[in-house]
Amino acid sequence: MNHTSESPYPLARHSHSMSPDTRHLLWSVAPGVAWIVIFLVLPSLYLIGVAFMTNGPYGQPQMPLSLDAFRQLAGFGFLGWSPGNLYTLLRSLWQTLVATGLVILVAYPLAYYISTCRDKLRPIMLLAVVVPSWTNQVIRAFGWMNLLSPGTPLADAAQALGLIGPNMGLYPSNFAVTLGLIYNFLPFMVLPLYAAFEKLDMALVEAARDLYASPVRAFWHAVFPQTLSGLLAGTVLVSIPAFGMYVIPELLGGGKAMMLGNLVANQFSGGSNWPLGAAGALIMLVATFGGLYAMRKVGKRLGGGEEVVI
Amino acid sequence: MTASATPTDAAQPTEIDNASVRDASAITLRNLHKRFSGDAIALDGVDLEIRAGEFFTLLGPSGCGKTTLLRLLAGLEAPNEGSLTIGGKDVTETPPHLRSVNTVFQSYALFPHLSVHDNIAFGLRMKGIPAAERERRVQEIADFIKLGSLLERRVNQLSGGQRQRIALARALVCEPDVLLLDEPLSALDAGLRTQLQVELQRTQKRLGMTFVFVTHDQDEAMVMSDRIAVLDSGIIQQVGPPHEVYERPINAFVARFMGHVNLFDIQGIHDVTVTTALGELAMEAPLQPGKHGGVMLIRQEVIELGPTVSEGYNGLDGVVKERHYRGSRIEYRLEVNGQPLMATASNLGQRLYAVGDRIKVSIHPEDVVRIEA
Ligand SMILES: Nc1ncnc2c1ncn2[C@@H]1O[C@H](COP(=O)(O)OP(=O)(O)OP(=O)(O)O)[C@@H](O)[C@H]1O
Ligand SMILES: [Mg+2]
Repeated sequence: MNHTSESPYPLARHSHSMSPDTRHLLWSVAPGVAWIVIFLVLPSLYLIGVAFMTNGPYGQPQMPLSLDAFRQLAGFGFLGWSPGNLYTLLRSLWQTLVATGLVILVAYPLAYYISTCRDKLRPIMLLAVVVPSWTNQVIRAFGWMNLLSPGTPLADAAQALGLIGPNMGLYPSNFAVTLGLIYNFLPFMVLPLYAAFEKLDMALVEAARDLYASPVRAFWHAVFPQTLSGLLAGTVLVSIPAFGMYVIPELLGGGKAMMLGNLVANQFSGGSNWPLGAAGALIMLVATFGGLYAMRKVGKRLGGGEEVVI
Repeated sequence: MTASATPTDAAQPTEIDNASVRDASAITLRNLHKRFSGDAIALDGVDLEIRAGEFFTLLGPSGCGKTTLLRLLAGLEAPNEGSLTIGGKDVTETPPHLRSVNTVFQSYALFPHLSVHDNIAFGLRMKGIPAAERERRVQEIADFIKLGSLLERRVNQLSGGQRQRIALARALVCEPDVLLLDEPLSALDAGLRTQLQVELQRTQKRLGMTFVFVTHDQDEAMVMSDRIAVLDSGIIQQVGPPHEVYERPINAFVARFMGHVNLFDIQGIHDVTVTTALGELAMEAPLQPGKHGGVMLIRQEVIELGPTVSEGYNGLDGVVKERHYRGSRIEYRLEVNGQPLMATASNLGQRLYAVGDRIKVSIHPEDVVRIEA
């Protein structure tokens, strides 16, 4: 709309149309918006749609709309109710919780340690944490299989300690799954925590010490709050993918202990039941948003009302 | 009652009745050395006795080691050499949380994740003071620093001066034996500053605490302190009550730091006559044997200006080069024998001299002081 040249009041006219700045901004965000619509919004809508459809004879979704998939997910089948899926859901939640907790336990001191290293050493240490994640997940899982299977030094050591029976391996097992998860997600926790430790304000720690806080209390009141946003960011980065994790439980758990991710994947890959798979994925999505919301609340409370950006 | 032990102390600028002194608050520093990595020497053999209940001020230029000295007292830094006792107990190895010492940090170091109230209450909480008493004391101190209405705010919603007062309150509310204050009033406007100067002194005397106070500002130091230590490059230059440090600085560094500008290299001394670029001036007493050279100091407020030289005074011819009107006083920059000389006259309603006026400069022999270079 280029009326400006004819108008006797170019500025007045101008204020009705979009300012060049706004127009410029729209153009620059357009690709991003398109990307999100095409690859996130539309598939999500499709997924939601499928979840409310009925399962066809070959596993394909079909009309009419129904809550069949959710009923199945809750364990109601042809043979009455079974707790299998519920167990899967709980197992996934538990596994996520344990894995995230353990990742924090390993990553927190590690990130602190790296932040105290000499300037030259720090990038190398960080690289050492990150590099393994450049390898494909499947290959890493196979690596762990080799390390943990019967007859390897690790398995022998576990036998010697009486942790496992003779001629057994550490894989496949829940232990192997947990280990695999920790290994896989460590960088996602270390990096945000490292960023927090890197800019740690030691003056606050000194103030706490000066105000009668013992070293332990000074940590809790002056160090921990400063790392909280990093910790929450790491928790989100770890727990969400861990909840939907599918490769590691499949390979290191020997497919014995099914996770929600495996349940969903099976419904699509085996071609057995798309609506059920979609319903499972939807549950995951809802749980994820619920978790994010809870984390925000926690962050806000511990952060003393400050918005913690996740 | 250390403050009135010697007659000279009677000339303190602000007199406040010192009700109760805590004996646990005397500080002794012995030969303290502090080096940082590299070859930065922050403290180079500091010996000091700070009396119980004293308002003691460290004065010195930026980087001279004031903050470092406070950090050693707080236990946030360990000396490389030397020892430190508080209340007669050696605390050189005592961790900070076990010392009855609190600090008002130069950088404030307020906890950003806590409200103003929780910042102030922090030390009391750590000490395990019951909630009811804690609340009472927080309220009290909030009124003291005139921020009672801001208690629920977060510290990043405060102005610099407000933050500084929170930092002051947070340390003061603990009522420790020794309070360390690192330029605690530097961000305040003149009115509030003057008010808090007086109130801080009153509180200190009322509670019998020892204050170790750091400032850049020699006026503030003189108004508030029982004694002042002037520091340069990690070495104590002079310790004494304000009037002594101001009127009898031991060397040119201290003199300059206390605000003196009329310093002239001594070219020669014969009996009571001292020769400088200003000319020859008579001193009151001959130089002590064994001393020579040095610098002549003439305080700008002892110089008398007039049409004639006063009886018994040294007389010089001067020309007014600049005039600065300061309300209660008038400062003149004179030129005497080609040398700049500053003179301050109290504003008693007398005639002001104009730039270019030729006048007689009178200096009493008693006010011609020789100090070390
Ligand atoms: N952590 C440190 N590492 C190395 N050098 C330091 C450290 N802290 C202080 N210094 C050095 O020690 C000297 C004294 O520092 P200090 O902070 O005590 O000065 P200050 O008198 O408080 O100065 P200001 O008036 O500017 O606050 C300075 O030269 C400073 O550079
Ligand atoms: Mg300092």
